[in-house]
Amino acid sequence: MASMRDIKRRKSSIQSTQQITKAMKLVSTVKLQKARTRAEQTTPYTNHMYQTVSSMLAKSGNVNHPYLVSGESTKKAVVAITSNRGLAGGYNSNIVKLVANSDLPKEDVEIYAIGNKGLDAFTRKGFNVKYTDSELIESPSYSDAAALCREVLKDYTNGEIGEIYLAYTHFKNTVVHEPTLIKLLPVEIDAAEITKSEGATAQMIYEPNEEEALDLIIPKYVTSLFYGALVEAVASENGARMQAMDSATSNAEDIISDLTLKYNRARQGAITQELTEIIAGASAIS
Amino acid sequence: MADDSRAFGIEIITPDRIFHKGEATMIEFNTAAGEIGVYKNHIPLTTVLAPGVVTIHKDGEDKMIAAVHSGFAEILPDKVTLLAEVAEWPDEIDVERAQAAKARAEERLANKTEAIDVQRAELALRRALVRIDVAK
Repeated sequence: MASMRDIKRRKSSIQSTQQITKAMKLVSTVKLQKARTRAEQTTPYTNHMYQTVSSMLAKSGNVNHPYLVSGESTKKAVVAITSNRGLAGGYNSNIVKLVANSDLPKEDVEIYAIGNKGLDAFTRKGFNVKYTDSELIESPSYSDAAALCREVLKDYTNGEIGEIYLAYTHFKNTVVHEPTLIKLLPVEIDAAEITKSEGATAQMIYEPNEEEALDLIIPKYVTSLFYGALVEAVASENGARMQAMDSATSNAEDIISDLTLKYNRARQGAITQELTEIIAGASAIS
Repeated sequence: MADDSRAFGIEIITPDRIFHKGEATMIEFNTAAGEIGVYKNHIPLTTVLAPGVVTIHKDGEDKMIAAVHSGFAEILPDKVTLLAEVAEWPDEIDVERAQAAKARAEERLANKTEAIDVQRAELALRRALVRIDVAK
């Protein structure tokens, strides 16, 4: 049985860890609230953008535009959004796993890593990292997303990459965050969406003509998706960290109560032993 | 709302917020093809925005103006939606910054070298001019 002193030392060390996880939980709760509000404010823009682009494509489905057909290159760009800091449960490893287990052949994947954790993990796994910008995730702004979009689209139009994917954590609500992998370019809009929106927009006129409008709107569409993904990823990161720290705090609580019990038992054992010794000594004398 | 009302819905959305949502009798803005003014029952049209001033006219109220830079507009008979990357009310504009940006862009355009992106400088200049214009 461990000595009283050992148990006491262990207990106090766990208590201080618990204080840290508690504080981290509070911090991420506050950050989550901020990030969630931002994510919610972005949704109308992203949704509207998606609707417009899908109705445009529904109308101009046969246009032979570079953004709508796969490039010649077999390389696939994956923009992976992770965090710069750990201690967020499975948040980062889920994204890495998602990309690693996807159908995309590893040797064809070019990673555009946002976030240090993802960068490290992808490098370790032997992925080809083409571009990285980890500062971006600290406080994503629309112009950051636009810069990222320019970078990726440049490689796309140069023919260095043929397809663009985006891996990020979708923020469903405070407790549910889904790692998501979506294809951005060439744009694929599912057939159901098209028939749904067709009625309302059949009469739509585009100015300048559809091809030029696509030229201008698709980059904005990609940027808005990047921005939406960044903002949601930040919210998810803080949500994941909050959950991780919450369970760490309650685990610490469990261990502390366990140790307290052991400590009391050890203390009682020591007292009993001392008493037995005294009594035995006294009876030996008399 | 009666059918003969001249008002229609307008919505200006930016990535950060719903900038403005309300009703208007006419809305004017700049498109890539020139300035247009839209009344109710306009034919459905999607067009690309150019940096410019958006003027919202309402019945019996003062008109509202705002600066809008790049994005696109979706016009339906009873609704106009502007998806703008940046939109600002006059009181949100930092005039000094806009003046500085204007001077910078003009300087760049004045001594053109190979290194600068003329298109970008021109766009910056236009944005600055719109800001100054709206803030007045």
